[in-house]
Amino acid sequence: MSVYLDHAASSPMRPEAVEAFVEASAVVGNPASLHRSGQRARSVLEEAREGLAEALGAQPSEVIFTSGGSEADSIAVLGGLAARESEGRHRMLVSAIEHPAVIGAVGHGAELLAVTRDGVVDATAAAGMIDATVAVVSVMAVNNETGVLQPVEEIRRLAARSGAWMHSDAVQALGHVPVDFGASHLDLMSLSAHKIGGPVGIGALLAGRAITPAAIGLGGGQERGVRSGTAAVALAASFACATRLAVQELEAEALRLGELRDRVAAAAVAAGARLNSRVDGAPHIVNATFGGIRADALLFLLDQRGVHASVGSACRAGVHQPSEVLLAMGRTVDEAGQSLRFSLGHTTTDLDITRLESVLPLAVEQARAVR
Amino acid sequence: MRVLAAMSGGVDSAVAAARLVAQGHDVTGVHLALSKNPASYRTGARGCCSLEDSHDARRVADKLDIPFYVWDFAEEFHEAVVEDFVAEYRAGRTPNPCLRCNEKIKFAAVLDRGIALGFDAVATGHYADLRRHDDGSVTLHRAADGAKDQSYVLGMLDQTQLSHCLFPLFDVEKPVVRAEARALGFGVAKKPDSHDICFIADGDTQGFLQRYIDDAPGDIVDADGTVLGRHRGTHRYTVGQRKGLDLRVPSPSGDPRYVLSIEPVSHTVVVGPRDDLAVRRLTGIRPTWTGSPVEGAFRGRAQYRAHGAAQEATIEARDGGLLVSLDEPASGVAPGQTVVVYAGDKVLGSAVIASAA
Repeated sequence: MSVYLDHAASSPMRPEAVEAFVEASAVVGNPASLHRSGQRARSVLEEAREGLAEALGAQPSEVIFTSGGSEADSIAVLGGLAARESEGRHRMLVSAIEHPAVIGAVGHGAELLAVTRDGVVDATAAAGMIDATVAVVSVMAVNNETGVLQPVEEIRRLAARSGAWMHSDAVQALGHVPVDFGASHLDLMSLSAHKIGGPVGIGALLAGRAITPAAIGLGGGQERGVRSGTAAVALAASFACATRLAVQELEAEALRLGELRDRVAAAAVAAGARLNSRVDGAPHIVNATFGGIRADALLFLLDQRGVHASVGSACRAGVHQPSEVLLAMGRTVDEAGQSLRFSLGHTTTDLDITRLESVLPLAVEQARAVR
Repeated sequence: MRVLAAMSGGVDSAVAAARLVAQGHDVTGVHLALSKNPASYRTGARGCCSLEDSHDARRVADKLDIPFYVWDFAEEFHEAVVEDFVAEYRAGRTPNPCLRCNEKIKFAAVLDRGIALGFDAVATGHYADLRRHDDGSVTLHRAADGAKDQSYVLGMLDQTQLSHCLFPLFDVEKPVVRAEARALGFGVAKKPDSHDICFIADGDTQGFLQRYIDDAPGDIVDADGTVLGRHRGTHRYTVGQRKGLDLRVPSPSGDPRYVLSIEPVSHTVVVGPRDDLAVRRLTGIRPTWTGSPVEGAFRGRAQYRAHGAAQEATIEARDGGLLVSLDEPASGVAPGQTVVVYAGDKVLGSAVIASAA
């Protein structure tokens, strides 16, 4: 039996979400078509939109379905910049620990907001960078590698004062910390279905009604003209179903996973690790540096014992690269290469963590011998 | 046995892994990432370094339903193989990087990591025959498929390394390997063999070396020391080379001239007639032995390149060196190449050729 501790990469689909997907797959027609079939398909899509909006404190018209979190992020930063350049706003500010879909904007001129050694975006430093030339500021709600919560509201106030749009990637927040788009006063927010037990291949960009980011892809102008392409009706229905469940269960799950997370953190510390996560972080992620140990060796030894953890960072041709997030937090390349992420989710059980507690010390011991 | 199958992405290592699975071993596939930038390495070349090779290896592991990992040995490979390759050329020698990779990476760094991770053996798709004996020792022999035999590139492994090796293709011929791959539905069944250096993406060794080694002009001379021309750098030449000498003075006999030797310190390239390429005595340094070290003189066979026949020779091991006296003269032997010595089909050991005369 394997212990799956990589929910931040992808969480198993909830049976209800599978059912919703299968049911909606039977629907005939393109939701943009004008006949009765199209109308029925459109109806399923709109129900999904409404369900999602309700669960997230948003208006249905604020929900723009995308292919996933990465596309939502890309539209927010690049589409945000493109929409506002004519106002003389030609700058993008993104935190140094964003997902590649946001931080990739550096290649388009984005400037980085620094983070502290704790992995928190430095709001004071950000204050000095935000002015009327900034089109969009992007700071994630929960870091995907460390689970550290970010001062989104504090930076949003700074952005609002200068008239910059504020975007937050809330992919790792959904289902783990409360997400209320309306109450957040954010301009833009990114979400993904498969991190909460929904299907891979769909996400959403929530965009306030007052604003319209520019489209970054060509097409027929679906989804408010922001994201073209035939809407994925069944994926949307399944996404809405998973979101509804994740939000319903949030309070109890946060408590339950928080306790399990504390046990994972304690086990890592007992095995000699230093934590890169914080006790007040999201309840589902523990990132730890095991000094003197190759993360890939430890990952392998855990895998051999049926425990599926992660190095957290991006992978090129099967080889993991040093985590940019940990490097941005001031860790050395060596330290980054000695770090693992354990992430929990809706299928994680007490027994899973007991299993981890029993195999981790042995695996760490053995990994010490690996050069 | 818990076996780590090194999977290059080629057909040989794929079938080797499949055979181990069929024999009931607990097999884990591992592909070695040898470049920080996989796209820069030659596609399919020796099947060890490119992005496609990693993918091909993964798909074979999927078909075999065995765990598969990519291990990053890019830094170790660069230091031990690529930098050594350049340094050898800079010193006027002709190295074989594949031997170096086997010696320092596959059967050293990878083997060490595998053992630390709890594996009993490392398996590869090399065509060589490893025989285990009652006293616990192992001996290395030529493979059944003489045309594919790769015992030469394994000739510098020692007893400890060999005792942790498995070469499942010891008894098959290449067409059989391809047939097995086809039968198992491996996409790599038709993948061509390759004989190029994996870290030289375009196959242009000269171009590669010129990026690393600065030109240092010098004279091209004949055996008497008469200057016949100039060259831009000794790394642009290898022993036995005929083309690219660009000599304005024809040889007295009118016959073509060949590079006879390279003297990197004085930046001199010595050329002469083909006959002068012939050598009978090879002096080897840093000898290695597959079993207990051999002392004294004995009759055997010597092979000094991967794709060449072994030649009858008298071999003398003394003072930490190896003296090989070939019965028949050989040509195109360059310092830096490895000579592997055999007793019949059994590999005894190896040495790096320091000089040939």
